[in-house]
Amino acid sequence: MTTVSEKLLTRSEEHGPPGSPDPRDRTLPLLSLRDVRIGDTGDGREIVHGVSFDLTPGKAVGIVGESGSGKTLTCRAALGILPARFEVTGGTVEIDGTDIASLTPARWTALRGSTIGAVFQDPASYLNPSLRIGRQIAEVLRVKKGLGRREARGRVLDLLRAVHLREPELVHDQYPFELSGGMLQRVLIAAAIAADPRILIADEATTALDVTVQAEILDLLADLREQAGLALVVVSHDLAVVAQLCDEVLVMRQGEVVEQGPARRVLDDPRHDYTRLLIREHEQYGLEKFLTPEEEA
Amino acid sequence: MTRTRPDAGTRPVLEVNGLEVHYGARRRRRRALYGVSLSVAPGETVGLIGETGSGKSTLARTVLGLVRPTAGSVVVDGEDVGAYGPRQWRDLRRRGVVQYVFQDPLRSLDPDLTVGASLTEPLLVRGVARDEALARVRAFLPRVRLPEELLGRLPGELSGGQRQRIAVARALVTEPRLVILDEPVSALDSANRVQVLEILKELRDTGVALVFISHDLGSVAGIADRVAVLYRGELVETGAARDVVSRPEHPYTRLLVGSAPTLRGASAGRAEREALRALLHA
Repeated sequence: MTTVSEKLLTRSEEHGPPGSPDPRDRTLPLLSLRDVRIGDTGDGREIVHGVSFDLTPGKAVGIVGESGSGKTLTCRAALGILPARFEVTGGTVEIDGTDIASLTPARWTALRGSTIGAVFQDPASYLNPSLRIGRQIAEVLRVKKGLGRREARGRVLDLLRAVHLREPELVHDQYPFELSGGMLQRVLIAAAIAADPRILIADEATTALDVTVQAEILDLLADLREQAGLALVVVSHDLAVVAQLCDEVLVMRQGEVVEQGPARRVLDDPRHDYTRLLIREHEQYGLEKFLTPEEEA
Repeated sequence: MTRTRPDAGTRPVLEVNGLEVHYGARRRRRRALYGVSLSVAPGETVGLIGETGSGKSTLARTVLGLVRPTAGSVVVDGEDVGAYGPRQWRDLRRRGVVQYVFQDPLRSLDPDLTVGASLTEPLLVRGVARDEALARVRAFLPRVRLPEELLGRLPGELSGGQRQRIAVARALVTEPRLVILDEPVSALDSANRVQVLEILKELRDTGVALVFISHDLGSVAGIADRVAVLYRGELVETGAARDVVSRPEHPYTRLLVGSAPTLRGASAGRAEREALRALLHA
């Protein structure tokens, strides 16, 4: 089986002799948020009241919360793409040791795609409807990696295979409208990892998908993390999605982190009422009601 | 419109038999549903589960008379409605025997009607006097945990959770025998989702049968007595919610249960899910 890891690992080996020690320290955070606050410049209100976490290589941090809890704004702040009305009013974001406040637009452009990438909820709106899939992914490779046309095509097919799209040659020449939501999200993930980022932000990336397709995309994200060492920020309104993928969980409500800790601890011993509500919803109305511990094993 | 119902207590409120629905003509013809049979007993809560394109909304729309069946029968509270024309449907709807709640309450509530007018309307249409209708609406409000002050407001002035509770109240105030709910909590946040589910759970004591339609087994398993799984237009599995969740039989149901994220991890391993997928696509 050709796995994502093989693809990604062969690529990273191109940068150094095989067998050389990993130059990247696995304990230094790739992404570090310190008391990040976000305000609305229109009325001066603070919307996000301090978010802190460290993300090291191969780790996954999850943010769970309703729409309006500030989870998406937090991600957008980390990507430097806050909507016009909003700005970071306090705290710091560091990507790979660099404070993003000091980044010039040119440095940002260099960082995006090659160090940090993202996928969002509605994949179709991030693709040009009138360009074939292959060309849109190839663009990332040609701009970020300086690949030629033919080389880029080969790499695009590798990427489409890596995200488990059956028939990559066919998908390469198709238009976005010809693909299902699950396929489009795979295409977006392929484009997001095309330039070998070390951090991937998945903001409600599976929310619009059917449950069985969601499971496939979550598997893919787990692969990228475990086998290629990609660090993940997973944002969802569903605590179960986040708990399944992440080591650490932040529960946000109305711009506030109401609970933060190791995923296991948050599930087994929730301390905030809101976290308890999220758990109660699953236990009373979800499958958990019928799944006894023996049956899960 | 008097109708004697000697067996109304035990006779199914909904009986769908060998239902087929085709869309389009000739070469464009597509089967949305085939051979679907489903029976819902009075007071029963059935979860109808299916993914995009499974035909679950077509089934709901057929039961509500919005889509005409190509073959098979639909019997609502003892009346074979399959061949009903618009006038007969209007009569049936006016009697308030079947009601429905959709995912987005903003679309099912008239934006220009006050909450009070929206809630009394289905009663007025049935011929209930205005004072009596208003009294019944007021008496019903506590059941959906809404204060009386809301009666004078417009839907646009309310939160999503309040609007959906109004849609639920509007559906139930005529004391229907059957309510079809199409993704009723999918658009709500957790706090409102739990509240609406709790309200619906309590309302079951009125003897109303509920058909809960959802793409997500995990969101309705806990409230349904029975679960019916639709896959590509066919009903592939029906059974007690507990049995379907803990011992799913059809490969698709097994995949569905195994894919649902739970707080204790996915209930099926990845290899198992891949095997099931291969089986389904074979």
